[in-house]
Amino acid sequence: MTMHNQKILHIAAVALLVMGAAMSAAQADDDREEGYSGKHGVKYGGENRGKPVQPAQTNAKFQQECSTCHIAYAPGLLPAESWRKVMTGLDKHFASDASLDAQENREITGFLVTNASNRWSAPTAPLRITESAWFKRKHDSHEINPAVWKNPKVKSPANCAACHPRADQGNFNENEIKVPR
Amino acid sequence: MFRPFHASGLALVAVAGLAAQPAFAESPNEILASIQKEAADTPGLQEFSAARGESFFKTKHGNEWSCSSCHTENPAAPGKHAKTGKVIHPMAPSANAERFTDPKKVAKWFKRNCNDVLDRVCTPQEKGDVLAYLLTVQN
Repeated sequence: MTMHNQKILHIAAVALLVMGAAMSAAQADDDREEGYSGKHGVKYGGENRGKPVQPAQTNAKFQQECSTCHIAYAPGLLPAESWRKVMTGLDKHFASDASLDAQENREITGFLVTNASNRWSAPTAPLRITESAWFKRKHDSHEINPAVWKNPKVKSPANCAACHPRADQGNFNENEIKVPR
Repeated sequence: MFRPFHASGLALVAVAGLAAQPAFAESPNEILASIQKEAADTPGLQEFSAARGESFFKTKHGNEWSCSSCHTENPAAPGKHAKTGKVIHPMAPSANAERFTDPKKVAKWFKRNCNDVLDRVCTPQEKGDVLAYLLTVQN
């Protein structure tokens, strides 16, 4: 190998290393933004969703029953107490009757509570994911042009999948967001 | 030599038969018959009517939604949840062979949807009329 070739290889190796570092920094950004803010306490006043948001081992009843009328919202999006409230009020679930029989209800409640957010330290338990501090911060007018919410393809902030194509799998990766036009 | 061959042939036919059968617990007509049975004691019961069922399906009953708000005016076509926009598969058995084949599911959804549309459970007469209507809708 000539000196010239060695030099090219050396430059290429350094370039690859730099690219790799830049890519992992981009991926880590999501974690850093949404996780604990280090020694200075918890983020979003303690109303923070958990991660990973869709557990590796899902539950067939949950998948089937909770995805009939909307996507099966990942359990990590809310704290355990929120899920308990949701599941005891299914006969009037956001103005619709979504009641289950007792056995189905027990099984799904257990799954939701077990996999609820592990970062929620505030004593709050909202019924709507969109009422949480992390949701509001992540979707405020600095992050998202208010016109987006008026797009009929978006329809409602509850329609996660309008912009997060893999929301049904609990994937809200910032790099995969596609805002419809 | 002949007998073992014969037996395995039969087994094959039986397995093929099972595979070809969809795993539906009941047929829509069996479900209709059980609504009929449930209705038997209702005073003033009339024979189930597809025409009455159609009008029930397409009319509001004091609330914001009718059945057709989500299921559309054509039950052989896919519908859309009026609030979430989620696609709902067609209601008419001619367009969707799964419909009205699981008694538990039928009971669950009549309870939920009647509560949403009428703020009460539906009478056996109403349920029978609606199913009679859905059975007449051609794909």
